[in-house]
Amino acid sequence: MCLAIPAEVLEIKGNTAKVDCGKGVLIDVNIMLVDTQVGEYVLVHAGYALHVIDRKAAEETLQMWEEILNNE
Amino acid sequence: MTEKLKFRDPKIAKKIIARTKSLASGYHKFCHVCGTHEWTITHYGLRTLLPENIDVIAGPGCPVCILPAAEIDEAIWLALNGVTIVTFGDVIRVPGSESSLQEAKASGGDIRIVYSERDAVKIARREPSKDFVFLAIGFETTVPTTAVEILNKPPKNLTFLVSHRLIPPAMELLLGIGDLNIDGFIAPGHVSTIIGMQPYEIFPKAYYMPTVIAGFEPLDVLFAIYMLLKQIKNGEAKVENEYTRSVTRLGNIRAQKIVEKVFKVVDGHWRGLGRLPLSALAFREAFEKYDARRKYNVKIKSSRDLLPGCQCHLIMIGKIVPTECPLYMKICTPQAPKGACMVSNEGTCRIWAKHNFVVKIT
Repeated sequence: MCLAIPAEVLEIKGNTAKVDCGKGVLIDVNIMLVDTQVGEYVLVHAGYALHVIDRKAAEETLQMWEEILNNE
Repeated sequence: MTEKLKFRDPKIAKKIIARTKSLASGYHKFCHVCGTHEWTITHYGLRTLLPENIDVIAGPGCPVCILPAAEIDEAIWLALNGVTIVTFGDVIRVPGSESSLQEAKASGGDIRIVYSERDAVKIARREPSKDFVFLAIGFETTVPTTAVEILNKPPKNLTFLVSHRLIPPAMELLLGIGDLNIDGFIAPGHVSTIIGMQPYEIFPKAYYMPTVIAGFEPLDVLFAIYMLLKQIKNGEAKVENEYTRSVTRLGNIRAQKIVEKVFKVVDGHWRGLGRLPLSALAFREAFEKYDARRKYNVKIKSSRDLLPGCQCHLIMIGKIVPTECPLYMKICTPQAPKGACMVSNEGTCRIWAKHNFVVKIT
């Protein structure tokens, strides 16, 4: 139920954005809960964007894991 | 390799598991409270990869499963009295006291399934002569989507049966069950996207319970377990965030404000678990006109949460696993579910059944 998927914002019109959920699956989502712009990735839950995904944090997480796991 | 695949990289998984083995000295039981975490753990076989002295149990993290029969009965009553019920797909098969919404549909009730609350608004606008009620379920992740639609002024022929619930009070309930002996929480990532880290602070502070917010890829869950073990080894208890790409310390403040504007926190009944203080939401006065219970004066006198023999109440708190229930895969199957945990794709029984589990996996 709390399933949410990342999707790329392609186009914004008012409170609605067209997003690409991957493999060309395009849907319209409500973006009233976030500040986002074209090109960003948002976390989509039941037709609403809940969060702008921090791509830097994603990369850092993987890097941090590598470091911790290799150094301990 | 794309980022998604990196979060499933078996090489990193092996390293995390090796560290986990060296860190885990005694027996430790960790509890998650999210159906999607149970899916990740079961689908990727994480319980089989972890050392034997580490157990991961599933708490009440499936909003469809914890929906009490009384609230299904309310929707059925409305459906059989000429109101069209709109809700998410999983909900229509959940057993009420006597029947489900699916059976109400077979008896002539108008019940529609949608992917999003936006669709409920669209349908209500398209058919202005009909009365619609959206049965709004879900935890903190879903609550803002209801609140947004309320603030956007839905059409007059659409009201809401609000059955939202809040996760931290359910986690606190688990800590009150002494013999569960939980050593740490894997907190739900997408609930936390909205509420942030603060609402979990009570667990380390009042219960000295390590708590790590985790994402939903297999490595997210494994690393969260590693972080919990690390806290235990260091003699610490704190709230940590493994899922930094989607969870910030403060959460989605805009969403929190919208929710706060529309709803107040009240006590709520959870299927088989009883009434939990401050665990549900009700409309604030300014928005009461959207309350279906008020508009239609819905009154359910008595209800029954569990069929005889059904162990959903114990499975939902992680006290037993599905294979210990006498009904599991005998008379309760994904095709003909008897208990709520077998209905939803996020219910522990259904997840185990879909992965063909007939014995306890450790």
